[in-house]
Amino acid sequence: MVAANLRVIGALAARSVKQTFRRPQLMAPILVFPTLLLAIQVGGAGRGVNLPGFPHVNGFLDFILAGAMIQSTLLAGNSGGIALAVDIEMGFTDRLLAAPISRFAIVLGRLAGTAALGALSALWFIALGLIFGARIAEGIPGALTMILFVTLSAIAFGGIAAAVALRSGRASVVQGLFPLVFVILFLSSAFFPAHLMLEPAATIARYNPLSFIVEGVRDPVISSLSLHAFAKALGSIALIASISIGLSALALRRRLRVGG
Amino acid sequence: MDLRADLQTIAALVRRAANELLRVPGAAIPGVLAPTIFFLGIFAVFGHLTLLPGFTSQSYQSFLIPISLMQGAGFTGAATGVNLARDIEQGWFDRLLVSPAPRPVLLAGLVLSASLRSLIPATVLLAVGFAFGVHWPGIGGLAIALLIVMGMGTIAACWGAAIALRFRSQSAAPLMQAGMFVLILTTTSYAPLALLSGWLHTVAQYNPATQIVEAARQGFVGGVTWGDTWPGILALAGLLALLSALALRGMRRTAV
Repeated sequence: MVAANLRVIGALAARSVKQTFRRPQLMAPILVFPTLLLAIQVGGAGRGVNLPGFPHVNGFLDFILAGAMIQSTLLAGNSGGIALAVDIEMGFTDRLLAAPISRFAIVLGRLAGTAALGALSALWFIALGLIFGARIAEGIPGALTMILFVTLSAIAFGGIAAAVALRSGRASVVQGLFPLVFVILFLSSAFFPAHLMLEPAATIARYNPLSFIVEGVRDPVISSLSLHAFAKALGSIALIASISIGLSALALRRRLRVGG
Repeated sequence: MDLRADLQTIAALVRRAANELLRVPGAAIPGVLAPTIFFLGIFAVFGHLTLLPGFTSQSYQSFLIPISLMQGAGFTGAATGVNLARDIEQGWFDRLLVSPAPRPVLLAGLVLSASLRSLIPATVLLAVGFAFGVHWPGIGGLAIALLIVMGMGTIAACWGAAIALRFRSQSAAPLMQAGMFVLILTTTSYAPLALLSGWLHTVAQYNPATQIVEAARQGFVGGVTWGDTWPGILALAGLLALLSALALRGMRRTAV
């Protein structure tokens, strides 16, 4: 039974990844926009490293790379939720529900696809960073830690969008989360150190779990990997993932009980 | 067709676009919300860049507001392209093409509606901006900023229409948005030219949109002068000529 479920999850994950590659509307927010924003912010705000109190870095790219990865991952989660809602609208999910497979494998398949896109995004930004002069202080173990955190974050963030998709069944509602992604990002230390941001954003960023995740991804790039940053990032991902997957399970149960 | 009939056609197309806003009020929200979030977010995150030696303003929100106004116009214009792609997909545009209205008139109706519609995000952004301490640009500065907003809305609509006519699908929407995103942000968007680094410094020097940004910015960060205004107007006119020619070419090549 476990093997059959794993096969279903694998097949649905592969479908989800292919679907993203075939539709520019889903792919653009994951790679194109974060890459453009990264390039523009490095050139536009790069002199910010000269501000008193800015952490010691080789360049602004080293600092902001983690922010671009997490931005891409948040948007990958949102795109996964939109695709799931489209499946619900088109009746594909109903056909899956009628099939002799575990109901939750349907959601896990989508989240596994989002995780694969998260890993792809991590690889893309690491490659881009290295090409344009970023240095990962912790070397290969540091890069592997970054990929791990970004992949796990994709599952955590994807779970939130999946819960909204299952609850509402409408792609337009999930698409409405798109601006919220940027609100959460701007209120974190994704793009600049929290203590150099303006109030009240600086205070919010200090306590935003997204800041802990970004700093966990950033830590191996700009300094040696610390257990403290590692634990805070992992704890934040675990907290968000348990809430989001729990909400997805509840939304799926409700959908099965009351129907679309 | 005489001029009067052409103007009536343009007015009807503008009215149709306005009807969409009245019937689907949510249609204007993305064009308003996205630049507002970017304005507040970038202001909160990078606000201390004004402490860098050589930064030309002590008020980052005043420095940033013209970019957000142009982004709002860019989003609104790109949305016109997406709406055109939807009309092409659903066959409504084919019905327009078989009408006796000349194609440049059809294009004029589309871009004029975008130009007027771009004042909606501009109004909201200015209200939010003034609430967060953006300097009053004076009547002259405000008039120039709004003229540039309408011009950018027209440019973005021409770009969106050219892409929609080329790909004939709403799937091309990211290309419409990315084009405007790159044009507006590869300027002195985050910092003055002297403080930009690497490739962006070079691109911003040659990007005509930099002149447009500087013309829109002058009232917010200093006084309005003709010397800072005319290069922006010239760049706006040049981009408008180029992109409207591209959109018209797309219109002429479109077969029913």
